[in-house]
Amino acid sequence: MANPVTPAKATRQTTVRKPARRIRGWDNRMAFFTLIPSLILLGVFVYGFIAWSGYVSLTNWNSLIPTLTWAGLRNYATIFSSFRFQSDLRNLVVFTVLFIAGDLVIGMILALLVDQKIRAEGLFRSIFIYPMAISMVVTGVIWSWILNPTTGINLFFHALGFTHVPEWFLSSRFAPSVHLGQIDIGIPVGLLAVVIAAVWQMSGFAMAVYLGGLRSVPEELKEAARIDGAGPWRTFWSVILPQLKGTTATIVVIQAAASLKVFGLIYAMTGSGQDFSTDMPNLNMFQTTFQGDAFAQGAAIAIVLLLLMAAFTVPYVLSMLRGER
Amino acid sequence: MTIRKRAAVALTSVLALGTLAACGSTSTPTQSSSSPTSSNTQLQIFSWWTGVASSKALKSLIGVFNQQYPHVKVVNEAVAGGAGSNAKAVLASRMEANNPPGTFQVHAGRGTLLSWIAAGDMAPLNSLYQKEGWYQDFPQSLLNMLKVNGKIYAVPVDMQRDNVLWYNPSIFKKYNLTPPTTFSQFFADASVLKAHGITPLALANHGNWETTLLYSDVLLGTVGPTQYDKILTGKASWNSAGVTKATQTFLKMMQYTNSDAGALHWQQADQLVAQGQAAMNVQGDWAQGYFTTDLHLTPGTGFGWAPTPGTKGTFAMVSDVFGLPSKLKNQTATLNFLKVLGSEKGQDTFNPLKGTFSPRLDANKSLYDAYSQSAMASFKKDTLVLTIGQGGANPGFTQAFENAMVTLISSKNVPSFISAVQSAAQANPLSK
Repeated sequence: MANPVTPAKATRQTTVRKPARRIRGWDNRMAFFTLIPSLILLGVFVYGFIAWSGYVSLTNWNSLIPTLTWAGLRNYATIFSSFRFQSDLRNLVVFTVLFIAGDLVIGMILALLVDQKIRAEGLFRSIFIYPMAISMVVTGVIWSWILNPTTGINLFFHALGFTHVPEWFLSSRFAPSVHLGQIDIGIPVGLLAVVIAAVWQMSGFAMAVYLGGLRSVPEELKEAARIDGAGPWRTFWSVILPQLKGTTATIVVIQAAASLKVFGLIYAMTGSGQDFSTDMPNLNMFQTTFQGDAFAQGAAIAIVLLLLMAAFTVPYVLSMLRGER
Repeated sequence: MTIRKRAAVALTSVLALGTLAACGSTSTPTQSSSSPTSSNTQLQIFSWWTGVASSKALKSLIGVFNQQYPHVKVVNEAVAGGAGSNAKAVLASRMEANNPPGTFQVHAGRGTLLSWIAAGDMAPLNSLYQKEGWYQDFPQSLLNMLKVNGKIYAVPVDMQRDNVLWYNPSIFKKYNLTPPTTFSQFFADASVLKAHGITPLALANHGNWETTLLYSDVLLGTVGPTQYDKILTGKASWNSAGVTKATQTFLKMMQYTNSDAGALHWQQADQLVAQGQAAMNVQGDWAQGYFTTDLHLTPGTGFGWAPTPGTKGTFAMVSDVFGLPSKLKNQTATLNFLKVLGSEKGQDTFNPLKGTFSPRLDANKSLYDAYSQSAMASFKKDTLVLTIGQGGANPGFTQAFENAMVTLISSKNVPSFISAVQSAAQANPLSK
């Protein structure tokens, strides 16, 4: 992902340098004017509404009557002290880590398999990417059927003679289970079922990006490694993988953003689950805002999510900008 | 560079189109409001009726309306999904933007309807009731659920019941059991059924509201309608012996349910009953439509019904009602629609198709099937109460209650559940 940018940048520089100075000045002004509409739209519909949400989260607007009196950080105190939101944050961290790890590993394996100069490569690529074309809600419904403990894949396990079958997303266990205040810290076992569904859907994306990365590793490097006597495993680990650092970073940031926003999958597949073991801040935000009419508390959840998202994306964007300069 | 320029041009044209479209859509209602009798008068009807039966029923009601008012163009603005929660979200944003639909679906009682009234978004309909003679046509106890300080804010179109125990008659016959009327009978039946490998009580809980409905019925059956109403209106405390006992009974009932409730939607729980894998299910009488229309069962032989234990003589009601948004510019079309909605003809057309019954006292019984006829009879003589999550309490409390329910089912901790519900009642006061 990082490498293909370079040639494009090079050509852009040459085209910019060609025209005379006067024309360039006009060009810049033209560029500025044509950007104005999108700047206004972004300003109003993205940043304006973020600011509005931030303001609402500091008010007492917790019913259908818009009470915009100052509440300070009271809504934040309410959500952070609630069992549900604490569980949400735990679930979000666990889900994000497992989802990204699963995506990277499976995406890489698939990319390596497809990269073996096989026949009908396009077919396999399409098959692996295909789940991405399905909406998250559909994925959720399908996997809730597959992983339903009494009627789903467990029927196969029973037929094979297993007596201890997984409870999938209905499990209320934690592994490990450490009490911290009101909640259990650990991996909610029920959440693993959701991770499986999410990885199934999104690992094709990681494969596609990795495949691009693999293809842009210079042939000479691999050749040099071969001449130095490195086996295929050693070549991959010490030569190819380091070249894919930028690619990995891209996947991590994009998938982290997707993971923080996960809603449809949870809503369709499990709901908030046993004791909120599969609940997510987004689901909580939706229900708090639109079922409970607690707009200020919902806005507070949204702002917390925004800050979490920024923690991932801002460093990435900054490093991209630095790289471009 | 060229690509950028092209993109900018494309964006500008999109913007221009968008502005044009916006102008177009705003100009239409202005036109219609200035000349209500002109042919392009519009009426937006907002609901979550997108299912097969309910959308058909709505269409036929609109048909009756258009026979009487052929010049009004009715726009069906139904929003699908989430048992109305998606529609409520869309409605909230439209009301907030001072762009209310002509009229909208809401449950009678102290839920969202009361919130809209408190927010000043509803206009009273007393004169319409006077003119149409509706004060005599509907039961007083129902109209009380639509009133604040003597002003009445909505017109009921249908009636449904929440405290129904559905059962499989052949299972009950086979083991020589009778549908339980008390909790001790319920547990006696349940242990017999469990011994024979049949799930006594089918439960669905994918949406979290299903267990809340069951709990409401258990509370109602334990403390009786008077005390139940006091608790739900903030006149009696949640921290009481009755609530504790009901919560314990509820948890005991959970031991007799299927283990995959969290994965099931309510239809799937009723399917377990229909197929004989489970014996009973507590669900609103929308389940009846599922039994007859989807599963083609005959009322009485294919499936049976009884009031949930301890609730004989009480009718836990859910009624869809429609009102007049106060910020609406052209009110004539809405008032005319409400007139049809509350009329005998409108209700007799709408309800048999939807699988509900008309709450009018003069409703035509012969239009309905055996179940609905028995429900109509109970409705006329029983005490009416509301259910949490179906109009029984304000949305903030309901949300907090459902959250507490999730934790109760896992932790089985009765005192912490009661204190959670109590603090929810403090944060979202239940009294009007």
